[in-house]
Amino acid sequence: MKADPKGVMTGAHFLDGDHACCEGALAAGCRFVAGYPITPSTEVVERIAARFPAVGGMFIQMEDEIASSIAIQGAVWAGAKAMTVTSGPGFSLMMEHIGLAAMLETPCVFVNVQRGGPSTGLPTLPGQADMMQARWGSHGDYEVIAFCPNSPQECFDLTIEAFNMAEIYRVPVMLMLDECVGHMTEKVVIPEADAIEIAERRFTGAKPGEYLPYETNGNWVPPMVKAGDGHYFHMTGLTHDERGYPVMNAEAQEKCVHRIVNKIRENADAIVRLREAEIEDADVVVVSYGITSRVALKAISMAQAEGIKVGHMRLVTAWPFPENRIRRLADQGKAFVMPELNYGQMYLELERVVQGRTRSLLVPHGGGTVHDPEVIYRKIKEAVQ
Amino acid sequence: MEPKNPVVDYLRMDRIPHIWCPGCGLGTVVNCFVRAIKTCDIPRDLISVVSGIGCTGRMAGYLKLDSFHTTHGRPIPFATGLKLANPKLKVIVCSGDGDLFSIGGNHFIHAARRNTDMTIICVNNFTYGMTGGQVTPTTPIEAIASTTPYGNTEEPFNLSHLAESAGAVYVARWTTFHVRQLIKSIKEAVQKSGFSFVEIISPCPTLYGRRNKLGDGLEMMRAFKEKSTVRNGADTREVGLDFKGGIVCGKFIDRERPTYLERYNERMTARLGASYKPYEGVL
Repeated sequence: MKADPKGVMTGAHFLDGDHACCEGALAAGCRFVAGYPITPSTEVVERIAARFPAVGGMFIQMEDEIASSIAIQGAVWAGAKAMTVTSGPGFSLMMEHIGLAAMLETPCVFVNVQRGGPSTGLPTLPGQADMMQARWGSHGDYEVIAFCPNSPQECFDLTIEAFNMAEIYRVPVMLMLDECVGHMTEKVVIPEADAIEIAERRFTGAKPGEYLPYETNGNWVPPMVKAGDGHYFHMTGLTHDERGYPVMNAEAQEKCVHRIVNKIRENADAIVRLREAEIEDADVVVVSYGITSRVALKAISMAQAEGIKVGHMRLVTAWPFPENRIRRLADQGKAFVMPELNYGQMYLELERVVQGRTRSLLVPHGGGTVHDPEVIYRKIKEAVQ
Repeated sequence: MEPKNPVVDYLRMDRIPHIWCPGCGLGTVVNCFVRAIKTCDIPRDLISVVSGIGCTGRMAGYLKLDSFHTTHGRPIPFATGLKLANPKLKVIVCSGDGDLFSIGGNHFIHAARRNTDMTIICVNNFTYGMTGGQVTPTTPIEAIASTTPYGNTEEPFNLSHLAESAGAVYVARWTTFHVRQLIKSIKEAVQKSGFSFVEIISPCPTLYGRRNKLGDGLEMMRAFKEKSTVRNGADTREVGLDFKGGIVCGKFIDRERPTYLERYNERMTARLGASYKPYEGVL
């Protein structure tokens, strides 16, 4: 399906990442946003508040992030495409409802413009330290999808992609910006509506009385319904059977968890998005994401000027982690350097996959600014020693 | 002809027997709820029920309607999203005193302040039944709970007064003894445009009654009958509940205020002019 032209601001614009994210949501067909003000994400909802009335959308500023993160799910079950927007402290408050979305298989998008933490931390300065929280923050076993844009253009493009993935897999999808990407202003090209591909919600063809909410018919993802269509369906955050009814036993639990985990794991190769450069000949690969991927380029060119063979892998999706690709590169004997604005989060995944077969080095940073490229460059040299 | 229970068509009979204890008031509440909505002029397909967590939280799961069993304390913001995305839906929240007024208290006052068009039915049994009888924000002073073994010392909320103060347009209280009045009030609340609130005093003989020597379900119902007085239009400041004291019942508030969406559309039309198409849902 193509985007509804009503929400698409076709043309070349000068936008910051937060505003581009709003335009991406509009283009993706999002018409319900609930949010609560928090730096450095507030510009997303401010633009939404201004833009939505003219396109038939509804923005509501809720009383807190807990309310925002479940109001969007109510809206989805009424048929809307919906998202909420926040930063670290608000993201922490939303965790229970990321679990609810995983359990009910509610397609929805959570935007986190990351700042320095823990706690109130550095509200106006960048961090990338919520990456593990995005994956594991709610209790219980589940999987999510997470994107890491590194430019305003990607904030637009990947917001659309996030909504599409949410519909295809019926999962909560995280858009993990950082303060730099959220607040940097660059050219953003928004195409014509009919050049934007939108994943439509897959509704059941079953007649009222015949629909079973979690009957998968051998697929990973069951079709949906919406309130008001006469299905009298039931949704519960309790472990449930195909009817959506609570069932309190290990067998039902196994069936439930198995599918909500494996619908992502089994499709990981189709979901993972990477950008790679000069990987084939490389002795060392710099793996990075978000703003850090732009800083890394400088370090890479410094090393290349000395004749070191350095490649660059950018994680456009952080979750699911590109296990298969990293494993193949490790098998080829390539070393890895990973700078990130935290003390080793995605790096833990890298280490897990590399399993000590080749050298993998972290370039940690507490956040508040970006890396000095010199520091990354020195790690690259260390990796090839 | 075999007589048919008039409410079974609205129940998920494949989930019966339910989990509620003998003597619990929730069966009466469900019965009254169904009888009320059956006589409303609202198409059944357009009714959604949202519950939180707890004994009353299980209500949504037994009703054969679009029904949502959400997270603890959060049925109101879920209902807010549901209603605002499709304003044609009639959204009814059924949950307990702990869910709506302890963990969910903030959502209640804000939804009332906005006058979001929804009905809140609070089954107030003065305790957290599902977790074994702990103190709640409505437990009267002196009452014993598993976490107040020497008696509660905290002032309870007067829910009717709270609802009125926060902006509810309809406020009523009945006990599970008052089935006819309760059916009428639920019907009025559901048909009322705006944020409506019905408090139902309900017996929990297993975890509240027994600890406080209030007898079994039947004895608690007898106490409701003997201790309650009906005072429609009563000043909500004067209807707070004491341990073993009188229970003032009635319709306390029935007033008009623009709903969230009425105000929203009025404002947008005023500012954006003829180009603004009044919001009627995202679809």
